[in-house]
This record gives sequence, C-alpha cells and structure tokens, in this order.
Amino acid sequence: MIRSEILREIAPILRDQLVVCNIGLPSQELHLIDDQPTNFYMLGTMGLSSSIGLGLALSQPKTVISIDGDGSVLTNMGTLPTIANNVADNYILMIIDNGSYGSTGDQPTYAGKKTKLEKVAEACGCENVVVCQDVDTGKTLQAAIDSKQMTIIVVKCDSGNIKLPVITMDPVVIRDRFMKAVAS
Amino acid sequence: MDVNDKIVADLVKNKVEFITTVPCKQLAGVIDAVEASPDIFHIPSNKEDEGMGLCAGAFMGGKRPAIIMQNTAIGVTINTLATLTQYYRMPLPMLISYRGELREPVACQVEMAVHTKALLNQMNIPTYHFHKESDVEEFDAILQYTFMCNKPVAILTDASFWGGYGDQ
Repeated sequence: MIRSEILREIAPILRDQLVVCNIGLPSQELHLIDDQPTNFYMLGTMGLSSSIGLGLALSQPKTVISIDGDGSVLTNMGTLPTIANNVADNYILMIIDNGSYGSTGDQPTYAGKKTKLEKVAEACGCENVVVCQDVDTGKTLQAAIDSKQMTIIVVKCDSGNIKLPVITMDPVVIRDRFMKAVAS
Repeated sequence: MDVNDKIVADLVKNKVEFITTVPCKQLAGVIDAVEASPDIFHIPSNKEDEGMGLCAGAFMGGKRPAIIMQNTAIGVTINTLATLTQYYRMPLPMLISYRGELREPVACQVEMAVHTKALLNQMNIPTYHFHKESDVEEFDAILQYTFMCNKPVAILTDASFWGGYGDQ
C-alpha cells in the first residue's frame, strides 16, 4: 500500500481525533480524503509535525495523532529524545515509513537504507514503539488510542504518490478552525 | 527582586505556562528559575526550530508559550518563524541572549551578533534590546503586547544586562 491508501483506510479512525498532519502530500491527501476541523494541516516547515503534536498533547487532554514521515523525522531527529523524556499518554506519533521523500519526487531516505527509525526511537528512550505493515495500520492505530499510553508507530509501506491539488485554505483559517475543535 | 525572578514573575503574571529552552551561559539563571516555577511547564528542546514547533502546539492547546534561546538561533529558525509562527499568526515571546555584544569574550559570537538585528528587522519581528538591568521593567508590557498582536516578538538581552561575564 502507498500512503494515500493507508490514509483512506484509517480516515474513519482519524476523524474522531486531533490530527497534526505533515507538510506536503500527506496533508493534501488527508484534506482530499476527509477534511475535518480536527485536522491541522502543515503548509510549510518540514520536520515539525511531531513537535507540534507533542506540544498540543502536553497542553490539553484530548488524544493527538501526529502523522509524520520517515524523511521529516530524519529532518528533526532531535524530536525523539524530547518525546521520550516528556511522556504524554494522549500522544501518538505515527511515522509513515515509505523510505522516500515523497513530496519532492521520491528520492530515497536513509530510513529506506540502513537506518531503522524504530531502533532510533527506542535508543532515544521511547517506551512503546510499534512497527506494523501497511495493511495493519488501522488496528495498530486503534490499539494505540485504546491503550492510553504514548506510542510511536512506524508503518512500513510502499513509496508512491497520487496526483492531487495543493491546499488553498488560508493558514489562519486552518489554525482557527482547529483551535475551536480542540477547545470544543 | 533578582532579575531572573522578575522575568519569571512577569511570565507567570501573563499566564505563560509552557516554556521551551535551549541553554546559553547567560541564560542559566533564568532557565533555573523557569524550571523551579510550579506555574510553568518547562520542556528543554534540542534545537530551536523544534522548540518553536512545541510552542505552536501548546498555543493551539490553549497554553501561552515562550522560548528562551541564544541569538545564534535566529539563523536556525528563520524558516520556522516565517512558515509556522508568522504564517499561522501565533504569538511567541522569544527571550534571547544577545551574544557577541560588548564584554563578549568569544570572537565567533560576534559573527552572528552583527546579523541578529538585521535578520529580525528583515522578518518584521518587533525587537526590544535590554542593555541595562532596569530595562527589565518593560518585560511585562512586551509580553502583553505579544499576546495582543499574535506575533513572534524578540527580546535581546546582552551581557551588560546580565552583568557581564565576571572576571576575564
């Protein structure tokens, strides 16, 4: 499965949660598949989905899912020790690991070569690190939500993209709509 | 009141509850005071752009954030300031140690000091410069201003403000 197929399959699970979605194609795909006020779309700032999600989880009680990619975690590798050392049991980091920088033309990442992000996360001190195959994403994500324990999920899947439009929603509208959903 | 205690008291008065820090020798005292405050959640970050991501999340979760960092971080965070903090219109007080100013012992610090105000100016970031200890009296008003206008705001604090580097 490619990322957009996974997002389509887990959209009914994501719909009821606060979601911080990674820059580029992941946000565009989620926006196309199931736009919700509980989705925060990143329009820029490569690498910070996990950090924004952690800050949000530490500041209010609702479950937060950061959808990230292997390339963007590599960009902001310092996030993993911060997550490990500031446990928020309402926080799930879901790394969709397709071994490539999808939004820029599927250039290979080091995570698709020798680097194992699940081992990096464990070495950083993250306690619940789960690796799953693309077809098992839904049940793995639901189990993480139900566990009410901070969880890092590394989803192994194929690289590949679909053609779709950019998000034209104003960033302040995205942010304002999201904050109202957080506070509701 | 000790300047570190005054800064933390103003942060608490302005309901700043979530603070991320990247250390600097000049900021050690205020970081200790932040860590000791029962009213503030202190989360050290590994890099300043990561810290700004944490602050963006905290703000959207209903907590007023702040970042404490060195001026070299301006070089690290231009993209994050433009595409996250400013683009989504979020408030962020940035308490910054202004290294490379008068009394600086480390020559390399001057290399970023000469760019600091120019970069902040280029980014249209409101910037205040604390040079004398009494300048801290404005901190409360700067925090109110930051959360009024929903912008990142820089407070540069130089070595003279902090009382220098001791005997050299």
